Amino acid sequence: MKSFTVLDLLNLDMQEQNELDLRCLGGRPGLARSITVPDLNRPGLALSGFFDNFGYERIQVFGRGETAYLNKLADQQEFENIERFFSVEVPCVVFTHGLQPTKEFFAEAERTQCPVLQTGLSSSEFAARVIRALTNIFAPTRTLHGVLVEVFGIGILLLGDSGVGKSETALELVERGHRLVADDAVEISCVAGDILIGSGANKVLGHHMEIRGLGIINVTHLFGVGAIRDQKKVQLVIELELWEPEKTYDRIGADERYQEILGVQVPYLEIPVKAGRNIPIIIETAAMNERLKQMGYYSAREFNQSVLKWLETENARARYFQDRDPMSYDDLTSR
Amino acid sequence: MTEKLVTVKNRAGIHARPAALIVQTAGKFKSKIFFKSEDEEINAKSIMGIITLGASYNSSIQITAEGEDEEDAVEALAQLFEKRFEEE
Repeated sequence: MKSFTVLDLLNLDMQEQNELDLRCLGGRPGLARSITVPDLNRPGLALSGFFDNFGYERIQVFGRGETAYLNKLADQQEFENIERFFSVEVPCVVFTHGLQPTKEFFAEAERTQCPVLQTGLSSSEFAARVIRALTNIFAPTRTLHGVLVEVFGIGILLLGDSGVGKSETALELVERGHRLVADDAVEISCVAGDILIGSGANKVLGHHMEIRGLGIINVTHLFGVGAIRDQKKVQLVIELELWEPEKTYDRIGADERYQEILGVQVPYLEIPVKAGRNIPIIIETAAMNERLKQMGYYSAREFNQSVLKWLETENARARYFQDRDPMSYDDLTSR
Repeated sequence: MTEKLVTVKNRAGIHARPAALIVQTAGKFKSKIFFKSEDEEINAKSIMGIITLGASYNSSIQITAEGEDEEDAVEALAQLFEKRFEEE
């Protein structure tokens, strides 16, 4: 992943319950420092002179306790620990509760070009929010070549070689009232352990699509805001491939197949493409079938169950009539 | 697998027109061709992918190709970068 700097943290556009409410007090040249771990450190021990296992690579949070201690150090004119604190490169220091650093601390930060930030939030609230934000930013991410669409509420990632018709299929789906999330370069990140969130790899380019013969089209302008989505959970992977006569395709669908993306198993279908097959309708059906499965109803399995039950009763009937010889099964039914 | 590191030499970077040139050239080859810049890897046969790379002036891109005509493919694409996509 690209490095995430302190400036990026300041520029994070989080809203309401996620707002970080950060501003920069000083040490601006250091805003280019990168944050490498999604974690915080309360530097109380370091300020008192104990630097063993000091988590210098983390964001340093100064709450009421730490600030009070800084004031005490200022009163006693002891600045050795502060100098030592800034001698290692911490990404930034954050004062919560809208607190101000002491003059000496601030001067030392400016001298070592360490950014000093301030937030109006309480320490615990800031910690919760910043960790939430950083966990998403540091989530494992992969960019895949494919199209992400939302069909009947199911996020479907269409994969396949160039020219197999992914974009055309997505266009038809959009035309049929479904939504486009991303065309071509889909960025997938794994959040909360096992949830895959897909979005366009480049937010600047928005919802554009390339259709052979037409060129680049703007889906938002053509089909309206109802036809797009910014991000969507990936719940089904469909691989489109040109029909190979020798290859055997799944005819029953009772076995679940999965594709692994970032360590998460996603249901996977392989759909052969050839002239005369209406792929968008097959995909719509796959989406509805997936919803049925999520509700606990597996069409192929239930079908097989009823076939088995039927065969069993047929078998029992045949045996019953066989036992009642000489009247055969055929005689009975022809009567 | 054949690889080559190239630099974007035209002032405007890779915008729509150079991207179209790249895709057309890549499409002539059977190999699977990828462009890699920093952490991203994209398919060189997809125009949106290439534009999404956001390759500006002087940025470098690693071209990789795998397949029967991989060497020719990498060479042809490197030539495009070398000729600045026939731009300034």
